Amino acid sequence: MSTETSTAPASPAVNLPLSKKTLTSDHPTWCPGCGDFAILNVYYRVLEKLQYPQESIVTFAGIGCSSRMPYFVNSHGGHYIHGRSLPFAAAISLGRPDVHVFNFGGDGDGFSIGGNHLTHAARKNTNMTYVIMDNSVYGLTKKQTSPTSPIGFKSKTDPTGAMDRPINPMRTLLNSGATFVARSHAAQIGHMTEMMERAARHNGFSVVEILSECVEFYDGAFDAAVPRKGGAFQTIELRKNDGTSEDTLRHDPTDEVAAFKLAGLEWPGKFGVFFEVKRPTKNELEAGLVARAREKTKNASDLDLLKGAFARMR
Amino acid sequence: MVSPNPSLAGGTSADSTHQLLPDVVIRLAGNSQDGIQSIGGFLARLAGRSEQEVMTFMTIPSTISGGPSIFQVRMGSGEILTSGDSADFLVAFYQHSYDAHINALRPGGVLIYDSDHVKPNPDDKRFTNVGIAITSGTIEAAGGTGKDKGKNIFVLGLIARIFDLNLDKLRQLIQERIGSKGDDAARAALLAFDAGYAHPVENLLGHLYRFTTGTPQQQVRPTVTTDGNTALTYGLIAAGVRYGAAYPITPWSSIMEVLRTEFTRYGGLFIQAEDEIAAISHALGFAYSGHLAVTGSSGPGLSLKMEALGWAGMAELPLIVINVQRGGPSTGMPTSVEQSDLLQALYGSHGDNPRVVLSPKNVEDCFYIALEAGRIALEYRTPVIILSDQAIATRIEAFEEPDLAKHLVQVKPDLTPRPADFKPYPLDGISRHAPPGTKMLSGKYPTVTGLEHDELGHPTGSPVLHAKMNAKRREKIKQLAASLPVPEVYGDESGEVLVVGWGCTYGPIREGVMRLRSGDAPLQAGHMHLRHLSPLPPGIGEIFKRYKHVVAAEINDEGLYGYGQLASLLRATYANPAIRSLCKTDGLVYKVSEIIAGVKKIIAAV
Ligand SMILES: Cc1ncc(C[n+]2csc(CCOP(=O)(O)OP(=O)(O)O)c2C)c(N)n1
Ligand code: SF4
Ligand SMILES: [Mg+2]
Repeated sequence: MSTETSTAPASPAVNLPLSKKTLTSDHPTWCPGCGDFAILNVYYRVLEKLQYPQESIVTFAGIGCSSRMPYFVNSHGGHYIHGRSLPFAAAISLGRPDVHVFNFGGDGDGFSIGGNHLTHAARKNTNMTYVIMDNSVYGLTKKQTSPTSPIGFKSKTDPTGAMDRPINPMRTLLNSGATFVARSHAAQIGHMTEMMERAARHNGFSVVEILSECVEFYDGAFDAAVPRKGGAFQTIELRKNDGTSEDTLRHDPTDEVAAFKLAGLEWPGKFGVFFEVKRPTKNELEAGLVARAREKTKNASDLDLLKGAFARMR
Repeated sequence: MVSPNPSLAGGTSADSTHQLLPDVVIRLAGNSQDGIQSIGGFLARLAGRSEQEVMTFMTIPSTISGGPSIFQVRMGSGEILTSGDSADFLVAFYQHSYDAHINALRPGGVLIYDSDHVKPNPDDKRFTNVGIAITSGTIEAAGGTGKDKGKNIFVLGLIARIFDLNLDKLRQLIQERIGSKGDDAARAALLAFDAGYAHPVENLLGHLYRFTTGTPQQQVRPTVTTDGNTALTYGLIAAGVRYGAAYPITPWSSIMEVLRTEFTRYGGLFIQAEDEIAAISHALGFAYSGHLAVTGSSGPGLSLKMEALGWAGMAELPLIVINVQRGGPSTGMPTSVEQSDLLQALYGSHGDNPRVVLSPKNVEDCFYIALEAGRIALEYRTPVIILSDQAIATRIEAFEEPDLAKHLVQVKPDLTPRPADFKPYPLDGISRHAPPGTKMLSGKYPTVTGLEHDELGHPTGSPVLHAKMNAKRREKIKQLAASLPVPEVYGDESGEVLVVGWGCTYGPIREGVMRLRSGDAPLQAGHMHLRHLSPLPPGIGEIFKRYKHVVAAEINDEGLYGYGQLASLLRATYANPAIRSLCKTDGLVYKVSEIIAGVKKIIAAV
């Protein structure tokens, strides 16, 4: 990844409808050909479709090549520490119900150093969207083994080939309790757009894992799913509930067992929505707790509540 | 015969049956199921409701080496600074209580023991021994199926008689506290209380006691009694903190337990995180969102927060971080007191990261230190660490209720559109972030970042900018330093020795310096207590020069070079060779006598 920095383009006027132009910020510093460019472009597209007020969009990330995302998007946002962006971003969602939170990061950021946070963010079902840009290698630190590197992958830390069993991202996400789990590929603009948009519209913790090639350190990693390179991009057909017999062959995204089966398919597997259910979000549950507490206090003022607390210490 | 607390004894008879005394130290020793702690609770409440008598009150930390459950209270009619070096009265419920605690009773003190369970050593003539059949007396009085349940209330009645406490108020307290468990429970408790009170203990003691009427303090508001963690909790709420996150650890946990429920009542939110790193990350997410947020822990948890704390310094977000210190390193002595996290608070994390570190001096101060932390965090856009400790966190003190209407702060995200020339990281001012939801009139939206950045927040590798930004982050903390008051000196303004302390050593040092300045060979001595540990307030170096010796007393190890953590900091800062170190790590708060002996020894050795 190139280390040069650049300044923002000329400022667009305020209150224009969201477009790639208004959403563009610093020029991306990724290597030419990096899969992450396509993900950035799809994010612009999805925001264009959603037309949220610009000031209500938050683009957040941890550390890694992929995590540079926030600098390239003209929205509020932040670049945090390695692996810990999820709890930060979840708090934005919980602390500010008026904003839309998008969190980006790499496979190392999400599945290795941040693995514990991913599990808990998913089970708590905080309303936000998380995009994992999986290149199956550590890009920023220049080619070490990542938790999704396949056995045999030769990296600087495994010059004779990786030996540890890689994580299966879909299984991990399903098991964690995420309420929207999808998988896509950076070479498939249309598919990515559909997945990211669905994720954004989902109420709850939605996550899309996107295979995004690191041309610098893991060239050709995902060719098996690129038809142009002799691979096959197989998508998941979702159930239409139209009563037809062929519909029973389609995937029911509320069926966890079926989702796990899909997750276990041989590499490169299938792409699409693996799982999607409605479950109360942490945002709703916490808001309910507050509403009941406020009702109990009869909407007392902060000062009266505080005075009451001290009266009990007399 | 009994003149409790030799140094403070008042002692002329009020009438034929009552001897006057300014204060008394009572230690109760039994088993945890005997409700020892609740006797303390009743006495604390009573103290709080006795403004006319100006009763003050302090317990020792809830855990002290010794028997299965003990409670020590010092109560009286003047300012009480410590819970007392040794007990004037010991109430022993069992033989093991007697065995473990008899030496905590000062010679000439009173031993009250349950004659149903305890046989005192007949050869030990140091004390006035008063045997009372506490167990059978309770069973007889309360009857029913409760067996000896209520022994604690019997003893409370006994204490009420011995010290002429306000009966009506105590009966009302019992009704309030035990009445919620049903009428029968309250009736039984009152019967036990009356039986204890009716016991003619003066026949064994020779006389009863009464507290001197102290000069009533000019107190406008009622007295409250609570522990340090509770005072800190409500200080945070008064400071405007409505959001936070943490992971449980002793002795921090009780703060997060209360905040989890309390914040919802104020419309806020406290998250129990999966670990301390997630906790500080949540808290920073709230801070970025425009709220005033808190995270907290004890020693080991603070270690986990350090990387994120470095980010917060770099990104310049306001945050309150609490460390209720305990004995370390590692899991160490998790229920004992220590002050060994000072250097961690100052220098933990990586890179250059000037810190703000405050420390409360007692329970009451926990409330005010939280207010100050909130104010500094918001004004200087910086994390503020509060170093409390296990002793302050768990002991109970009585103090005047704060002026809540005056102190309550409201913090709301500032979403006013930012002008076209807005810079998130101006070189010539303090950074003030625009929280999400804020319109940027330039059309350019900012990124908060831990990468070195220019004034607009763009990453930069420029060495010149890095130096400038480091200076900017340093200068704002120096600006804060300049605004702090010069620390007050208690006692002699110059002379032989200045004893310097921080945190829970406040009381013992103050009482120790009082005694060093009086008695047969009085010393010219002063006491300086530091609530601001970083940045250090102005004027300290000059004050130090006025004394022959400066002794920093603290509860931590003397380290590789013979100086405790505060002493090391002061020596490095003021380069004054008169600064010496008094340290210990026995897991207990300083006794006044330890301060006196330690200071004298250092003076003698130099
Ligand atoms: C605490 C900490 N440990 C290690 C690093 C170094 N580091 C930065 S990014 C990274 C891994 C990047 O891999 P990934 O998350 O997959 O992102 P990518 O660069 O591949 O997009 C590492 C090890 C760091 N910044 N912080
Ligand atoms: S992920 Fe690989 S290709 Fe992309 S910017 Fe990083 S090093 Fe370059
Ligand atoms: Mg990677």
